[in-house]
Amino acid sequence: MAEKEHTEHIVQPGTYVVIITTLLILTGLTVYAATIDLERFNIVVALLIATLKATLVVLIFMHAKYSPRRTQMVILAAVFWLVILLFMTMSDYVSRIDYRGFRSPMTHIVDTSALRRA
Amino acid sequence: MHRTGALFGQFKTLEQQKDTASLGMWIFLVTEVMFFGGIMLAYTINRHAYFTAFAMGSNAISLKLGTINTVVLLASSFTMAMSVWASQSGKQKLIPLFLTLTLILGCIFLGVKYIEYAQKFHHHLVPGRNFQMSYCVDNPGKCDDLTPEELEVERAEIAKARAADPDLNAHAQLYFSAYFGMTGLHALHMIIGAGLLVWLLHGSLKGMFTPEWNTPVDIIGLYWHFVDIVWIYLFPLLYLIDRHK
Repeated sequence: MAEKEHTEHIVQPGTYVVIITTLLILTGLTVYAATIDLERFNIVVALLIATLKATLVVLIFMHAKYSPRRTQMVILAAVFWLVILLFMTMSDYVSRIDYRGFRSPMTHIVDTSALRRA
Repeated sequence: MHRTGALFGQFKTLEQQKDTASLGMWIFLVTEVMFFGGIMLAYTINRHAYFTAFAMGSNAISLKLGTINTVVLLASSFTMAMSVWASQSGKQKLIPLFLTLTLILGCIFLGVKYIEYAQKFHHHLVPGRNFQMSYCVDNPGKCDDLTPEELEVERAEIAKARAADPDLNAHAQLYFSAYFGMTGLHALHMIIGAGLLVWLLHGSLKGMFTPEWNTPVDIIGLYWHFVDIVWIYLFPLLYLIDRHK
């Protein structure tokens, strides 16, 4: 055959064991980190650990590390569009000035109980 | 369409055939990323606006059950990866074994989810007419799964939260809408995945999957791992808000 040989990379069980162990340790770490008061950085730490876990799953369990470049590009494109969705929408929300003159309506708790029917 | 062994007519090599199938699955998963991404965005905006109520809601759900489910789902991803390995390396007998383990772990996850949902209904924490953030505190006899000490902590927490957010009851419903919406859609994906696993199990018992052709195991594996990734994010977002007390 003129085409290059069949060169499938088979990930071995040992690698999977290492990854699952790491994932379980990171799960323990994220639960532990939630019990410490880091003020506004609690969510940052939680999401960083979650992203690390997701990256391990994508690279090894989902074989992205051994996939063709074109598949890797599709995965990166998904992340890129997700960042656009989250980042651009949030930058609108946090920078908006509403009709009451509040810098951001999202940072004020408004008592709406009077508006509801008894 | 003619077929030569495991190779379908429109492909030149087995490698090209395999890459095409997994690329197609990845493109479907990208649409799923955007689907869950939109929901997480709605969650983020509400959490930003009503943090007090979201923290109160998060502390009312069971961290223990959430952690157990995280471990169960990660383990199921591991067994799924092992069934892909078994089919790639021609270990015919191991494929149904690992698929069965994956299916059992998936069912345990859904069982724990059922216990959690039942608890929320019991505690009047389902958005709607009967939603009452302080139901257990107001009716101590009705929530016998909470100890008097836990109820005391909750009473103080709710009083503090009400002082910061007078309309706690309305805003906590936003949290529980997010909770049921996100975990419900995730559970729906799990149920679909379990159905696909039953089909794979049937195929593997007939010896359908070989090192040359194991596309179904491979791409359903990708789907299963994706559902795992969604949970990896849902767990800190829903269970771990403001847990340091």
